[in-house]
Amino acid sequence: MTTVPADTSSRPWDFVQRGLAAVGISGRGLVIAAPALWMTLFFLVPLAVVFGISLSVKQFGQPPYSDLLTTESGTVQLTLHLSNYLKLIEGSIVDGGFWFNLAFNLIVAALALVIARGLSRSVEPLALFAIYAVAVVAGALFLVTLYTADLNVYLTAFLSSIRIAAISTVIAILIGYPMAYAIALAADRWRNILLMLVILPFWTSFLLRVYALSSFLRGEGVINNFLGVFGVPPLVMMQTDFAVYVGIVYSYLPFFILPLYTNLVKLDPALLEASADLGARPYRTFLSITLPLSMPGVVAGAMLVFIPAIGEFVIPSLLGGPGTQMIGRILWDEFFGKTNWPRAAALAITMLIIVVIPIMLMQRAQNAVVEGR
Amino acid sequence: MKKTLALSLGALLLSSTAVLAQEEPVLNVYNWSDYIAEDTIPKFEAETGIKVNYDVFDSNELVEAKLLAGSSGYDVVVPSGFFLERQVAAGLFLPLDKSKLPNLANMDPDVMAATAAHDPENKFAIDYMWGTTAIGYNAGKVAERLGDQAVDTWDVVFKPELVAKLADCGVTLLDAPAEVMATALNYLGLDPNSESVDDLKKAEDLLMSIRPHVRYFNSSQYIDDLGNGEVCLSVGYSGDVFIAQAAAADANAGVEVGYAIPKEGALKWFDLFAIPADAPHPDNAHKFIDFMMRPDIAAANTNYVYYASGNKAALEFIDDEVKNDPAIYPTPEVSAKLFNLKAHTPDYDELLTETWQRIKAGS
Repeated sequence: MTTVPADTSSRPWDFVQRGLAAVGISGRGLVIAAPALWMTLFFLVPLAVVFGISLSVKQFGQPPYSDLLTTESGTVQLTLHLSNYLKLIEGSIVDGGFWFNLAFNLIVAALALVIARGLSRSVEPLALFAIYAVAVVAGALFLVTLYTADLNVYLTAFLSSIRIAAISTVIAILIGYPMAYAIALAADRWRNILLMLVILPFWTSFLLRVYALSSFLRGEGVINNFLGVFGVPPLVMMQTDFAVYVGIVYSYLPFFILPLYTNLVKLDPALLEASADLGARPYRTFLSITLPLSMPGVVAGAMLVFIPAIGEFVIPSLLGGPGTQMIGRILWDEFFGKTNWPRAAALAITMLIIVVIPIMLMQRAQNAVVEGR
Repeated sequence: MKKTLALSLGALLLSSTAVLAQEEPVLNVYNWSDYIAEDTIPKFEAETGIKVNYDVFDSNELVEAKLLAGSSGYDVVVPSGFFLERQVAAGLFLPLDKSKLPNLANMDPDVMAATAAHDPENKFAIDYMWGTTAIGYNAGKVAERLGDQAVDTWDVVFKPELVAKLADCGVTLLDAPAEVMATALNYLGLDPNSESVDDLKKAEDLLMSIRPHVRYFNSSQYIDDLGNGEVCLSVGYSGDVFIAQAAAADANAGVEVGYAIPKEGALKWFDLFAIPADAPHPDNAHKFIDFMMRPDIAAANTNYVYYASGNKAALEFIDDEVKNDPAIYPTPEVSAKLFNLKAHTPDYDELLTETWQRIKAGS
């Protein structure tokens, strides 16, 4: 303490700041450190633990997996087992023809889309249509190859999770868009009430709401009793994929409506008026003004439905049948039916990778839309 | 200064050991769902002042998963014998202190001898109840669809042409690989305890042939569904089917539930109380197990859940309709056809659970 700070009006934390600067830490560094520490503690460390377990093998004992590091007669041995990852594809018929079909159709579809984009202003509509048709057919063949292949339990579950999540997302968009639009257009005094109605179900337990759906879908449930009045024989709806779609769309619809609503409510009415003044009919205005401008909301909402739906466990296990093999259920079985932590860990890591790719793609699409490319 | 610090530290240590010697009055029980009389826990709490946290499961696999994960926090668990066997071998349980279990004298020596096959010398576990795994069915709906075919054979489950007729009213299987596979092996005339890969394949083929007609695999959902007519044929646990039967009778909505032990035989199992090695309240656990062996308590539980008690002294307090029901206490002829399961080796279990996953997925 040889020098006293000249500026006596200095704020008390200046002292701290200077002290930190002396050891090479800036205020900005500290601000970044907080989330970085959080991410490390609650994301990276657990992820590393899970990844470590995925490289061990199951054993009967406590804990139910082998040690990666073993010490034997003074030598430390690191044993990494890849068997859990290999098991994820084992038993599937994924031969050369399968990969060729997959890759070929994907490349054709992608190429056709790129070409169509590049030519969109310079060729006849009919030719453009033909190129798009090629892309659609190739895309369809890609999906057919994937879904008709003879795959093992894990790959089937991955694919059906993606399929169920994707279809649910599309249904949520079809139902949710008009709802969000109606709320955004509603008179002020109605708007809050309508929004409230969307949010209200969150005040009861998610589990309870899903379970309550069974009283509608059961053999002796509300829907069948109603249909019975008209002489319709009871439909089997519980323990089917249909029930799972109903459950997912019902549960996640608010997640789609809310971001889309916040987007639509900010839409400048002047643009719509301008469109009308220029002679566009309402549907035309919707297609060329409202819809494009609302895309960020649609993408954000769709992501909030799609991503949690892929890993959904509660809905398929309460409403789905044994054939509704979603990855969440498989994970449960690995942990609690088979006590196979390493396999479950390998599945979780793989699923993370599978989910991260669409997230990144959507993020990019969203950024592109926001930047008004 | 130092002296006072040492003294206070010593006092702290002493007081904490004193606390340890006398367990906090809490007990964490992990039992099968629908497996205890409603007033048993309140009675125990009132008599001992111990607060019970009562948690339920519906599969042996789930209990084992929690025990193997360690630090389950449970003081009493109730796995079936054929799972407990290998858990005992893996050192997952605390040996029972029999000086703390005076009511042990009430137990049925025959049952004790039978459970000793899983737990040598009954060192770690005491039977709670025992029962069978067979067929629960909706009498009206099944008769409507199967006509003269009586539900006295596993054919109604394992013959595709028969079970197909029931698919529309709902057929369910337990989500219990060891038990359902053993039942399938027994039906095929093979050793239910077989660990042969060929036998497993035959059982898998059999189950795959009926898989399209199975509504779901679940070990507790069918209790409600059978009772309210939502499903019409369930491979289930005896007492659970009787609970469904009672619920159906109470509802009085025209649903009549029956339970059949088919002529080909069925699995007989024992569920046993055991204390996990890392149980936080082992003393309270002993008190609870001893309480559950009191004749009046054991009888009240059996009267409520319709499973046979492993307690001989309880027999005089058990209702006649329960005691004399051959589906609960099978006749010697039926008993002769029941089979027991041994614990599977972990290697075979791996194979079995993989197979089971394929069967459930139907692919």
